[in-house]
Amino acid sequence: MSKPKVELVNGNEAIARGAMAAGCKFYFGYPITPQNEIPEYLSKHLPDIDGTFIQAESEIASINMLLGAGATGARAMTSSSSPGISLKQEGISYMAGSEIPGVIVNMSRSGPGLGGISPSQGDYFQATRGGGHGDYRTIVLAPFSVQENYDLTIKAFDLADQYRNPVMILGDALLGQMKEPIILRDNKPGKFDKPWALTGAKNRKPQFLKSLYLNEGDLTQHNWKLFQKYQQMKAEIQYETYRIEDADMVVVSFGSVARIIKSSINMARDKGMKVGLFRPVTLYPYPEEILRRLSQKVHHFFAVELNTGQMVEDVKLSVDKGSRVDFYGRPPGSIPTPNELFDEIQKVYR
Amino acid sequence: MKQVFKRPNSLRDVPFHFCPGCHHGIIHRLVAECIDAYDLREKTVCAASVGCSVFMYDYFDIDVCESPHGRAAAVATGIKRALPECFVFTYQGDGDLAALGIAEGVHAANRGENITIIFVNNTVYGMTGGQMAPTTMLGQATTTSPFGRDFRREGYPIRMAELLSMTEGTAFSARVAVNTPKNLMQAKKVLKKAFEVQLRNQGFSFVEFLSSCPTNWKMSAEQANQRVHDEMIPYFPLGVFKEKSETDIL
Repeated sequence: MSKPKVELVNGNEAIARGAMAAGCKFYFGYPITPQNEIPEYLSKHLPDIDGTFIQAESEIASINMLLGAGATGARAMTSSSSPGISLKQEGISYMAGSEIPGVIVNMSRSGPGLGGISPSQGDYFQATRGGGHGDYRTIVLAPFSVQENYDLTIKAFDLADQYRNPVMILGDALLGQMKEPIILRDNKPGKFDKPWALTGAKNRKPQFLKSLYLNEGDLTQHNWKLFQKYQQMKAEIQYETYRIEDADMVVVSFGSVARIIKSSINMARDKGMKVGLFRPVTLYPYPEEILRRLSQKVHHFFAVELNTGQMVEDVKLSVDKGSRVDFYGRPPGSIPTPNELFDEIQKVYR
Repeated sequence: MKQVFKRPNSLRDVPFHFCPGCHHGIIHRLVAECIDAYDLREKTVCAASVGCSVFMYDYFDIDVCESPHGRAAAVATGIKRALPECFVFTYQGDGDLAALGIAEGVHAANRGENITIIFVNNTVYGMTGGQMAPTTMLGQATTTSPFGRDFRREGYPIRMAELLSMTEGTAFSARVAVNTPKNLMQAKKVLKKAFEVQLRNQGFSFVEFLSSCPTNWKMSAEQANQRVHDEMIPYFPLGVFKEKSETDIL
């Protein structure tokens, strides 16, 4: 077997390279810190594969270009950071309603409003509850390393095509800006039949993609169909556990906080505290059933997030009644150190 | 007997929902005739819009992608970039293009995006019940300008064909009307030119249709046609405002 190809790569660039490895040929975006390495890399390298890069006039235009390219069956992506993702919500809702696949990357920053450019997990609700108007969901993948930025981006394209649904990568400024060595995959992009794609009505009947249903009952039926799809997405649930075998307290964190708190958990273990980590990788669908089963064994959970309390609601909804759920959250502005999070673990442990 | 008129192949044999006297039906037919004329039915994708034209996919026998309100030019951009060999057009009303979607329209034009925008200007929001549009005439009373549009309060009606003729990427920009048989014949000639611009990959093409809205103007069909002549054409002059020659490079 040949040696794997390893390179030291910036987190945002890893997403761009993951997209290209997935066969993405179209990118539409608008500059915003801290994700600019994604459009910068793709503007330079998409032409190598006869791809198209457009710096659009706005995030709104970008998401609608994604909608248009996705409607033709092409693999396409847009990326932004929190304020820009808010602007994309209208388009994401239409894509979900019209069942148009596409990948949306949110290397989130802090808010509300213009907020700041520091990392934040304040977009958890927006990402996992649909984000735009209407009763819809997007698959949300939360990487916690540069390698996962790359791998989950590849996966996002397959999931988008498989479920005909927008898929969101929810990272943050930290995951976008750090550099780590990653293994580059010799990926064969998944092949999906797309009989629904708009390509000109040659040798078939004309077709359309739409989300408008005015006839009585049609919209109800359409929403039930979407709901069934969201139920099927549960097959994609992905999570990581760390040192939970004998744990009597399980920390629940995602993304960059999960990465930091692994060190804090090791510190706690060195002090004899039986602490483990549960890390959801799919934030939607949330691994609620896995957590519920875990809560039959462990009765103390500690949700830690870089916000004032969002994912903790899903933890509370998942675990059995009687489980204790503590929370530590930190508003954006600074990144917690392993020592600081170890102190928080100590405060709630027993 | 020789057949001199028939429904274009690109239109389905279904009744329009449009109000009596509305010009949408005529404009739909002209667009369909042009699609037929260049044999484009099997290689056309339309980005539809929101407003009275929202049901295009029920009428046109072509592939259609619904767009969020105002965003058709961006959706069409994504389609055209993915399918450069296809003929791609949008069909947008004045609320859709001139209000919400003006950024998408101007930037698609400025990029020289090789798409065609069919713009229908009837000086009013038709579908939502007759509210003021960016193109509403001075003095025109609507449900949200009940005292008549006053430039001190509501600004001026916007001239899209002139505005879009100003960007370098625009290869063709024109305004036509269909209120008389003569104007209608001229409109079809102009629309064909816009189609040809895209088929020659010359860049962005734009045709504004002045349209009537008897229901929201509270007029008979005949009066509405007369209003297009008496009030609209003097403010929104018919003509070609930009036309790159066939040898022009973007």
